[in-house]
Amino acid sequence: MLRSMTKHTGSLAKFMLRRDRIRIPLWLIGLTFFTFIVPLAFDQMYESQHERSALAETMNNPAMIAMVGHGNLDNYTTGAMTAHNMLLMTAVVVGLMNILLVIRHTRADEEDGRLELLRSLPVGRLANLNAALAVLIGTNILLALIIGFGLYALNIESMDLEGSLLYGAALGGAGLVFAGAAAVFAQLSENSRSATGYSIAVLLIAYLMRAVGDVSNDALSLLSPLGWVTRTEAYSNNVWQPVLLLLIISIVLFILANYFNAIRDLGAGFIPAKPGKRNASPLLQNPLGLAFRLQRTGMIAWGIGMFVLGISYGSVMGDLESFFEGNEMLEQMLIGVEGYSLTEQFIPMLMLVMSILATVPPVMAMMKLISEEKKHRVEHLLARTVSRTKLIGSYVLLAVINGFVMISLAAIGLWSAADAVMEDGFSFSAIYGAALAYYPAMLVMIGGAVFLIGCLPKLTGVIWFYIAYSFIVLYLGGLFQFPEWVGKLSPFGYIPQLPIESLEPLPVFFLLMIALFLSAFGFKGYRMRDIEG
Amino acid sequence: MTVLEVKDLKKRFGQFYALNGVNFELSEGEIFGFIGPNGAGKSTTIRILLGILKATEGSAKIFGKDAWNDAVEIHKRIAYVPGDVNLWPNLTGGEVIDLLVKLRGGKSRKRDRERYIERFELDPTKKCRTYSKGNRQKVALVAAFSSDADLYIFDEPTSGLDPLMEQVFQECVTEAKHEGKSVLLSSHILSEVEKLCDRVGIIRQGEMVETGTLSELRHLTRTNLLVETKEPIDSLYQLPGVYDISVNGKAVSFQVDTEKLDAVMKHISPFGIVKLESAPPTLEDLFMRYYGNERKQAAGGDS
Repeated sequence: MLRSMTKHTGSLAKFMLRRDRIRIPLWLIGLTFFTFIVPLAFDQMYESQHERSALAETMNNPAMIAMVGHGNLDNYTTGAMTAHNMLLMTAVVVGLMNILLVIRHTRADEEDGRLELLRSLPVGRLANLNAALAVLIGTNILLALIIGFGLYALNIESMDLEGSLLYGAALGGAGLVFAGAAAVFAQLSENSRSATGYSIAVLLIAYLMRAVGDVSNDALSLLSPLGWVTRTEAYSNNVWQPVLLLLIISIVLFILANYFNAIRDLGAGFIPAKPGKRNASPLLQNPLGLAFRLQRTGMIAWGIGMFVLGISYGSVMGDLESFFEGNEMLEQMLIGVEGYSLTEQFIPMLMLVMSILATVPPVMAMMKLISEEKKHRVEHLLARTVSRTKLIGSYVLLAVINGFVMISLAAIGLWSAADAVMEDGFSFSAIYGAALAYYPAMLVMIGGAVFLIGCLPKLTGVIWFYIAYSFIVLYLGGLFQFPEWVGKLSPFGYIPQLPIESLEPLPVFFLLMIALFLSAFGFKGYRMRDIEG
Repeated sequence: MTVLEVKDLKKRFGQFYALNGVNFELSEGEIFGFIGPNGAGKSTTIRILLGILKATEGSAKIFGKDAWNDAVEIHKRIAYVPGDVNLWPNLTGGEVIDLLVKLRGGKSRKRDRERYIERFELDPTKKCRTYSKGNRQKVALVAAFSSDADLYIFDEPTSGLDPLMEQVFQECVTEAKHEGKSVLLSSHILSEVEKLCDRVGIIRQGEMVETGTLSELRHLTRTNLLVETKEPIDSLYQLPGVYDISVNGKAVSFQVDTEKLDAVMKHISPFGIVKLESAPPTLEDLFMRYYGNERKQAAGGDS
């Protein structure tokens, strides 16, 4: 019986590996690259135990504990530091990888009718699910081994073989748990989007439970798989039991998924899809409302993300001074200015990072217009009484507001967290002003996107390179000592470093003019060109 | 009154002429069938009419206004249904209908919306992600019919509908015609065009090869004859305008060019006609004549 239910699992698994021959290696390369580069960087940046202990001090506050969990702060070796800063975050990313891959090969294939095609062949009912699980088990084992042996091979004193293998195993184990959770939701939910949604919700809840638990009540974080991950204490006490627990839970979830799959019809689920709205709300019934509605979820997620980013930067402010002492690398990156504390001098750099990140969601909002065009959906609007100017104008308006909200949320987050942890906090207007100073540069980027959409629709991706360029050149410019003009090629290079420099009206005026000109050309181009698709 | 006027329309994509001289007109209250094989330029023409593509040469006018420059003004009075309806996966069908009707402007006809949703048997509470091709088409059709337009443009609107829904579509089009509306219907489904359209245009490789009423076009084509005679017909093969002869006992079936019909009848009547069946050419024959010739020529044959 079981044999016939799982017939051809092997060939399906091979087929999935072929479909993912680029995707899985990319995930693995990305994950291992960041896992290896961080301890190397830590090892160089914090050479002495004294420097590491200073960093450990800055980590010892509720905000950081909520973010990255408990670490071995008493003996903060490079290994302990890596495990503390990276393990949990990497586990979240590994969980995400597992969720996306599992849903892609189970419910998404089922929803699109590809599974029906396979099931009409002599293929077992459970074959597809188990093939997907087999692929993910293989991927997670491979990940655990590469990371385990790779970290050891970095040859850093405090990173022994056992700790490294445990580090890898914790990641692989966490990955399998979320693969299992996704496999269960793929059975329960009728469509792939909500299956992905439910699985990611579980991932976030696991993270939040651990965060709240680590700060207040340990029992709560012992209920979260991500709580177990940090309790492996890799490179300190090397506890293996949590990994075992992760494996047991994932096997239970695999069995559960198989059970649900065996008792249901193809295409059916257990969570009924609730009927949607019969009528459109008045807010939806115009191009602007539609553009907003299509991106609402993403915008809210980005907004929360920007706020959390601001909070996490703000929360380390109180301990920044001690952190700077003895860190030559950061000192080199910050220009010394008399009369300002190092914390204040750190603000412009944070603002730069936050503003460039805050540029991403408004540019995405703009780019949505191009993807709508490619999917033949703008023609529904243009075939009605929506002029092209009104259409692109709606997206521009949305992007401009979006950018303002994003940078504001980040600044408010930073100010409120800094105010909570610092004895002598910043004034709100100083922080908010320093953040808003970057808004004209963000508008230039939005204008650039409008220009590309209107005049060079095939090259819209260029704007992302420009944003990445701005980030690299300005964030790392001080470190690599690039000549000044390299930074001046980016609009962000013209923003005065508030609060240590004063605001000059002329650059702001020029940036606004450039943004305006780019947008004007974009509008004109968009009116003149063929709509693709 | 002319509702739509296309003159020497040309559209170039790079070096390739997708349209190379398209001409036709559509009068008020008329249903015009626009037929041709895939890639002939039907959709390109329609997209130029909608002001989504810009014509390289020639003019396209709707209600006497330029399709490119006055697009928005024109669109207040037209309703369009594309052949491949792509909708927003996270909106429900009902939301999309409201949105599309609202965006066209004019008054919203709530009662009509409900009536058409019922007629097309659409569940408007489902997300567009879950709709099949036919259901997505129904969404666009309901939005089109429940808006008060003067000109309807349909680009292969029934390619995903089942025969019952095709029937409903045809009824809706006929009703629109009775209300004095004009319709441009591009289609592969020749029976549909034949049933609905007052005039048809055949487009091939970017050129309008024939336009006219069905009876005008029939004039250009052949009549199918089945004849049974007392004595076998002599020298039928030598007669000009006779094609595709097949002999089945005493019965002979063949096609005759309509203008040669008189001569052919005179030739065969002396042989003593026992039975005579004639069938008018279908649009399918018409279409196959243009499209089929192309294939034969490609194969090096001669008809």
